[in-house]
Amino acid sequence: MLKKSFLVGLFAIVGSTAFAHEAKASDPQIAHIAYTAGQIDVAAAKLALAKTTNPDVRAFAELMARDHAAVNDQALALVKRLEVTPEANATSDALTTQASKIEAHLKTLSGAAFDRAYVENEVAYHRTVNEALRKELIPSAHNGELKSLLETGLTLFQEHQAHAEHLAQMVK
Amino acid sequence: MSVVPLSRRALLVVVVGTSFLPVLAARAEARTHVIVVDKMKFGSAPDGIRVGDTVVWANHDLFRHTATARDKSFDVDLKPNEEGRVTLIKPGRIDVYCRFHPGMTATFIVGP
Repeated sequence: MLKKSFLVGLFAIVGSTAFAHEAKASDPQIAHIAYTAGQIDVAAAKLALAKTTNPDVRAFAELMARDHAAVNDQALALVKRLEVTPEANATSDALTTQASKIEAHLKTLSGAAFDRAYVENEVAYHRTVNEALRKELIPSAHNGELKSLLETGLTLFQEHQAHAEHLAQMVK
Repeated sequence: MSVVPLSRRALLVVVVGTSFLPVLAARAEARTHVIVVDKMKFGSAPDGIRVGDTVVWANHDLFRHTATARDKSFDVDLKPNEEGRVTLIKPGRIDVYCRFHPGMTATFIVGP
């Protein structure tokens, strides 16, 4: 319980601070934030696939690795075509720092404790990223194709969030 | 108004009449209906799907999906940029969802 609260609490803090000042983010910054967020979830999925034996958690992690990689491949193709260079910024840096802490914590766990912590983190992470997409990143995006990709991403990640919430009930 | 000679009018009637025949004949044959999957959505299903027809799902999306019947009568895997098909063997309402993204749903009616 303590560990679960730790993770959720940590994300609540980062969620509110990391995305707090990005209402005016530029497209190159938004692209960097979205790509970084995707990479973080792919890395978490790979850690889960290396650690868990729970078939439901494995299926979820496989889905995360596949779907987030697909969005990021498309994002890379888009920025290349638009000749935009993704630009690191405070939000993407905060996401990376945060993810390192959570990854270090997850690595200390195993078995059912790992499954619970991973899935709880996925719930909190998708909730945070989806809110940022909906309230800040999508409204701030200028390029129509970038905005469209973010919107498709939001629909996808809302599915992931619902899936993670359902899974959280199963592994708790 | 120009007057078309009777023989020509008769010919027109014959031509127009026969041009309907293949359409009528095709109705009795199985048809193929394409439903596009893109941006996390199933495209709308065409009207007039009947038993014996084939539905093709063309996945134009970035993601792997499935077209899975709620009644378990079929489960079609749809990798990105690939198609999957099923031939419908019974009439009625079919509810479809994606196993990977269950918020994606669609319904179509199969006529007898």
